[in-house]
Amino acid sequence: MISKKILKNEERAVLALRTLYRKHGYLPFKMNKFEEYDFYLENRDFLPGDKIVTFYDTNGKLMALRPDVTLSVIKQSEDIPGVKHRVYYDEFIYRTGRHTKRFKEMKQTGIECIGDLDLYDIAEVLLLGADSLAKISPDYVVSISHLGILDSLLADTCTDDSMRRRALSYIKTKAAHDLERLCREHKVPEEKTQRLCKLVSLYGDLDSVLPQLEVLCISDESRDGLKEIKIINKIIASTEHRDKFVVDFSIVNDMDYYNNLLFQGFLKGISENVMVGGQYDRLLEKLGRESRGVGFAVYLNKLDMLDYDKTPKGSLDYLILYDNEEDIIDISARSRQLVDAGYSVSVQKAIPKKLRYDQIIDMRREKN
Amino acid sequence: MVNVALPKGRLGEKVYDLFERAGYSCDEMHDKGRKLIFENMEKGIRYFWVKPSDVPVYVERGVADLGIAGKDVLLERHPDVYELLDLALGKCRMCVAAKADFFDDGEKTLKVATEFVNIASEYYARQGRDIDIIKLHGSVELAPKLGLSDVIVDIVETGTSLRENNLVITDEILPISARLIANKANFKFKTKEIEDIVNLMRKQVKEND
Repeated sequence: MISKKILKNEERAVLALRTLYRKHGYLPFKMNKFEEYDFYLENRDFLPGDKIVTFYDTNGKLMALRPDVTLSVIKQSEDIPGVKHRVYYDEFIYRTGRHTKRFKEMKQTGIECIGDLDLYDIAEVLLLGADSLAKISPDYVVSISHLGILDSLLADTCTDDSMRRRALSYIKTKAAHDLERLCREHKVPEEKTQRLCKLVSLYGDLDSVLPQLEVLCISDESRDGLKEIKIINKIIASTEHRDKFVVDFSIVNDMDYYNNLLFQGFLKGISENVMVGGQYDRLLEKLGRESRGVGFAVYLNKLDMLDYDKTPKGSLDYLILYDNEEDIIDISARSRQLVDAGYSVSVQKAIPKKLRYDQIIDMRREKN
Repeated sequence: MVNVALPKGRLGEKVYDLFERAGYSCDEMHDKGRKLIFENMEKGIRYFWVKPSDVPVYVERGVADLGIAGKDVLLERHPDVYELLDLALGKCRMCVAAKADFFDDGEKTLKVATEFVNIASEYYARQGRDIDIIKLHGSVELAPKLGLSDVIVDIVETGTSLRENNLVITDEILPISARLIANKANFKFKTKEIEDIVNLMRKQVKEND
């Protein structure tokens, strides 16, 4: 039996999440740490960040350390009517850190569902995202957005690509004031401007946001999106996650690859999202596939920031000190006795500088 | 408790006045001492003074739930934060300036001196203009005068400094003002407290107009 104290947050999470995903019919997916560089190059825009660790294999081929899992899963799935390829993984990926701009090894776990999908599958993955967060901490929030709705309102408002790019940058930060200014610069009718600004400012639980969305969604495309959100809301309402979902249209991802539902997960105490997910039908379409896809990743390396246990890391229960005059049979017996009783013990001749311990047994003094 | 990172200096003091008028006062703030953290438990707010350019760092890392930063700093750093309100304080403009007799015929690479490398790069990239960026950390107005650059990209408040160095504004890139920013994750867990502050601050901004 492994003590919970020994396990790091991410290790605890991996164990709990593996069980969860298996229970829901997802099978483990193991992949190579590296792929041919060309594989990622073709879909580089899909990858977060623009840097990939590369190296030459012994046969001269340029290889890349995996910066993403989804593409590898897609490669191994097939388009078969009615069939859904459901997998889970926990793997290391290699990307540049947002703050350091240096390559980092990041541990992530998650699921991918690819195939002949419908709204049931989308909702299942979304709920499993919420389940995943609930397994890690009771204080979690899942934000959802719908690119179909956003895309429709943007198409109705933006006159060109440059305006659309600027609008998206304001939407990501909820800067409705800048969005309004941009619309005025481009002489967008006031009614359309207000509709887009309201969508960006919308935030709250589904029940409070849905009536406002009813007013904002007037095009056929946005009504279709709204219909999906309403069904998802009904599904969520019957689960323990009903108070944990919020609508937030500032979640934006590359619309060339993603479509419709997007979501992010947050845990109290961690200053950034720990889970990202969504539908990527457009990526599959670009790859010439007929399947649809949805999935999410939980960034396990971020769980370090969760403060479950205030005990300083690396602290031991006992430090046993001895010298050359001690009988090593006594030392061994003493140490084993404590370990068998469930304590952590370090046996030393002198106190190491960085060792933290609760109690000390100085066998050198005991004999005097 | 909502934690607010205020930029040290005149702008921070103006912003605090806005918070005070919005009902989030903290009496100790008026004491001129070396203390940097102040709180009003009753109002559920804690302020701390930090270097203006560090405000987005405190907010992005979640130590501060809210902060006040200039649009110039936000555009230069691109922190992953919400930008909830334009406070309409600290208004100025990000401009291109050059010597009065300078003419850009577009034939050679334009030498641009600036503290705002990203803003300048993005501005010229939008125009497809080839530039050579020279990163400076102050006294940018000197660069064209001494032949270090053709133009500068800098913040212009009154234009006095430009005039004193015989420079003229050739283009205005964008207006700058102070923005109320929020940590995206903390916003999810303190939504009501933060939205209350934003709504009350919005009223004050409107009254200021």
